Amino acid sequence: MLKYTLQRILYMLLVLFIITLMCFVLIRMLPQTVLPAGDPHTAIVEARREALGYNKPYLVQFGIFMKNVLTKFDWGVSEVLYFGQDVLTVFLDKLPATVIVNLYSIIFTIPIGIGLGVFAALKKNTWIDYLISTLTMVVISVPSFVYAFVIQYVFCYKLQWFPFLMKSGTDWFSPSMIWSMIPAVMSLGFGVIAGFTRTTRAELTEVLTSEFMLLARTKGLTKAQATIRHALRNCFVVIVPSIFGEFVGILGGSLIIERIFSIPGVGSLTINAINGQDYPMFMLTTVFYTAVGLAAGLVVDISYGFIDPRIRMGSKK
Amino acid sequence: MSNNTNFEHIAPEKFAFVQMDSRLHDQKLETKSRSFFADAMLRFRKNKSSVIAAWILLFLILFSLLSPVLSPYSVNDKDKMYVNYPAYIPSIAEKGWGILDGARTYTSQNDNSLLYWRGIAEETGMEPVLGVVNTYVTTVLQRGQEVERYTYDLSINRYFAQGIMYWVFTYDEFAKIQEWQNETGIQVIYPYVESSDIQGITDNPNLWYEVDSNGTAVLDSDGNFIPVYSTNKSLEGAEYNSIRIEGDDGSYIYSAAKSGAVQCRICYYNYYQYLNGMEPTYLFGTTNLGQDLFCAVGAGARFSLIFAVAVSVINLFIGAVYGAIQGYYGGYVDMFMDRIVDILSGVPFIVVTTLFQLHLAQKVGVLGSFLFAFVLTGWISMASLTRKQFYRFKGQEFVMAARTLGASDSRLMFKHIFPNAIGTIITSCALVVPNVIRSETTITYLGIVDLSSYVGTTIGTLLSQGNAAVTTAPHTLLWPSLFLGLLMISFNLFGNGLRDAFNPSTRGVED
Repeated sequence: MLKYTLQRILYMLLVLFIITLMCFVLIRMLPQTVLPAGDPHTAIVEARREALGYNKPYLVQFGIFMKNVLTKFDWGVSEVLYFGQDVLTVFLDKLPATVIVNLYSIIFTIPIGIGLGVFAALKKNTWIDYLISTLTMVVISVPSFVYAFVIQYVFCYKLQWFPFLMKSGTDWFSPSMIWSMIPAVMSLGFGVIAGFTRTTRAELTEVLTSEFMLLARTKGLTKAQATIRHALRNCFVVIVPSIFGEFVGILGGSLIIERIFSIPGVGSLTINAINGQDYPMFMLTTVFYTAVGLAAGLVVDISYGFIDPRIRMGSKK
Repeated sequence: MSNNTNFEHIAPEKFAFVQMDSRLHDQKLETKSRSFFADAMLRFRKNKSSVIAAWILLFLILFSLLSPVLSPYSVNDKDKMYVNYPAYIPSIAEKGWGILDGARTYTSQNDNSLLYWRGIAEETGMEPVLGVVNTYVTTVLQRGQEVERYTYDLSINRYFAQGIMYWVFTYDEFAKIQEWQNETGIQVIYPYVESSDIQGITDNPNLWYEVDSNGTAVLDSDGNFIPVYSTNKSLEGAEYNSIRIEGDDGSYIYSAAKSGAVQCRICYYNYYQYLNGMEPTYLFGTTNLGQDLFCAVGAGARFSLIFAVAVSVINLFIGAVYGAIQGYYGGYVDMFMDRIVDILSGVPFIVVTTLFQLHLAQKVGVLGSFLFAFVLTGWISMASLTRKQFYRFKGQEFVMAARTLGASDSRLMFKHIFPNAIGTIITSCALVVPNVIRSETTITYLGIVDLSSYVGTTIGTLLSQGNAAVTTAPHTLLWPSLFLGLLMISFNLFGNGLRDAFNPSTRGVED
C-alpha cells in the first residue's frame, strides 16, 4: 500500500511538472505586459524580468523559475493588479476567504446530503423517494449560479435577510461575517447536497438488496441495526473517498459564485489576473488549480485503496 | 429381408416428391417484428418524465429558432434610451391587465412627484401612473402643528415616464420629422422652454410650467399648471410648420439654435415611432444594451445549442477514434495514450480557454479558439467510454472469426466492434451537450471570452449583464436564467431517458 501511494504521488508530481512546463512556456510566449512609464515599481519589475531571464531561451527561463519556486518560494511579482508586489503573498491573502466559504458549505451539506440519500433509499419506490430523486435530478442539472441569482434576489434583495454581498474584512468567524456568507454557502451547497444524495441513494439501494442484509435480518438484527452496521458501512466505501475529494476541492472554490457575491477569494483573483493579463499571477493560479485538481483525484483513489482492500489490488486503472 | 436391404438399386420411379407443392418455412411471426430503434423508442415513450423533457426541449429549440422571426427587432438593434426597461406591449398594456405594461414600482413618491407625473401626462397625453400600490401616512410637526404627509408606492409605466427629452437635430432631420408629423399626426417635437423661465433648471426637460426653486410646480388658483413655453423668436433654431400643441397661438418656438444644429424638446416615445415605424414592443423587456431581451435570449440560445452540438460531434469523432485505438491495441499503446489523457485532463478548463484565447484569438478568431479549447479536453470522456466498450467486445468470438477470415485491424475496429458500441456512445452524447452549454455559459459569464461581436450575445453575457442590474431590472436576469435552467433540466432528463431506452441493462445506474 505504501509503495502504491508513493507511486501515485510521484506520478502526480510528474504530471503536475509537465503541465506547469507547458503552461509556463505558453504564457511566456505571450507578448509581455507593457509597464507604466514613470512608476517607481517599473524599474523593479524590469530588473526582476532581467533576473528571470526574459531574454533567454524558454527552457532556461523555466529552469530559473523552478529554482526560484523550489528554493525561495518566489513566484515573481505582480505586473498589473498589485503592481510590484510578491504574487505569493497576495495569493495567500486571498486563500482564506475561498477556503472558509467552501468549508462552511461542505460542513453543512455533507450530513444533509447523506441523510437525504439514506432516507430516500430506505423509502425506496414511495413518493418520498420519487420526490427526493426528482429534486436531486433537477438540482444537479441546473448550474449553481442560477440558484445564486435566485437566492440573491429573494433573500438578499426582496426579504433583505442577508447582506447583498459578502462583508469585507478578515474577521472570518464573527457572527456578522458568517451571516453575510450564508447566501454564498447556500448556493455552493445545493449541488453538493444533490451529489451526495444521489450517490448515497444509489449505493445504499444496491447494498440493501444484497444477501448479507437478509442474513443480518434473519439472525435477529432490527432493521435499524442492520442498516447502520452493515449497509451504511458498505456504502461508505464509495462515499468517504468522495468526501475527501470534496475537502481537497474546496481549495479551488467556485469562480462564478465568488464573482456573484464578491468574495475576495482565489477565484476573483484568477479572473482579475486573466482579464488584466497579469501573467505571473496567472501562472501561480494555474499551477494552484492544476495541483488542487490532481490532488483531489489522488486522494479519492488512495482513500479507496485504504478503505476497501478489494479495490487496491486492481488499482492500476 | 433381402428386399429391404437392397437400397443400392432403387428404381427412380419409386421416388416421389414429398413436398413439391407445399411451401416449407417457419411459422410466420404472429406479431410484427420490431427493429432495435423502434424497440428503444417504445421504451423511451414509457418514461413519462423523459417524454415531457423532450417536448420542453423541442419547444426551447423552436423558441431559439423562431425568436428572430417573432421579434420585430434583431439582436443588433440597440436603443440608447430603453435600457433595462420592463416588458411592454402597447396593445396589451392598453387593456390594463397589469401585465406587459412596462410597469415598475417607484417607492417614496410624494405629492410633488404626483404633480410631476401629472405634468408629463398633460403635455404628452400619456399617463405614466398606472396605479397606487401603497399609501403611507405619516404625521409630522410643522410650525408647531401636526400635518399629515402622504407618501406612495406608485406603479409607473417607464416608457411613458420618460416623457420629454432634449435632443439635437440637424436642419435636415428637423425638417424630416416635421414632415413625418404632418403625415402621421403624431407629435414628436414640443415647444421649447427657456431654462431662465423654470428657475434655471437645465437637466429636467419635463418642466414646461412655472416652478419654484425646488422644481415643484406652482399652480394657479384653479389648480392648473401655468405654461411657460418660450415665445422668444430670437432663440428659434429653424422654422416650424407642423402640429402645434393645444393653446398655441402660433407664437411658441419649437427649437433653439445650437451651433449649426437645432435643439428641441422631443417626446422620446413618439420619436421612437418616427425612427422605427412602430411603438416599442418588448415581450421580455430590454437588456442593458437596449436590445430586445426576447431576441437576445433567442440569439444566445441558438448559439449555445449550435455550439454545443458542434463540439459534441467533433469530440465524439476524436474520442471514438482515440478510444478505439486505445481499447483495440491495449498494452503499451493503451498505457502511453492514457498518460497523454492524464496530462490533458489535468489542465484546468479555465486555463485552457484563457491560453487559447490569448494565443489563437488573433489568428483564428475568438469563436475558433473557443471551439479549440472545448475540443482539446472535451473528447477525453468519450475516449474512455469507447475504450471500455472495445475492451468488452474485442475478445468475443465474432471478432476472432472476422480476424480468421483475414480482416484488417481498421476493418475489425470500425466494421465489427464499433457498431456494437455505438448505441452507448451516441446516447452519452445527449448528456455531453448540456455540460458543454454549462461550461460555455460559465466562461462567457465570467467575461473571459466575449462573443458579443460574433453572435450578438450569449446566455452567459446576458446573465452577467442581468446580475449587475438585479435590483433595478430583475427581468434581465429572470429570462436567461429560466431558459438555462429549463434547458439543463430537460436535456439531462432527455439524455437519461435516451440512455435507459438504448441500454436497458444500465437502467437506473447513475453515470
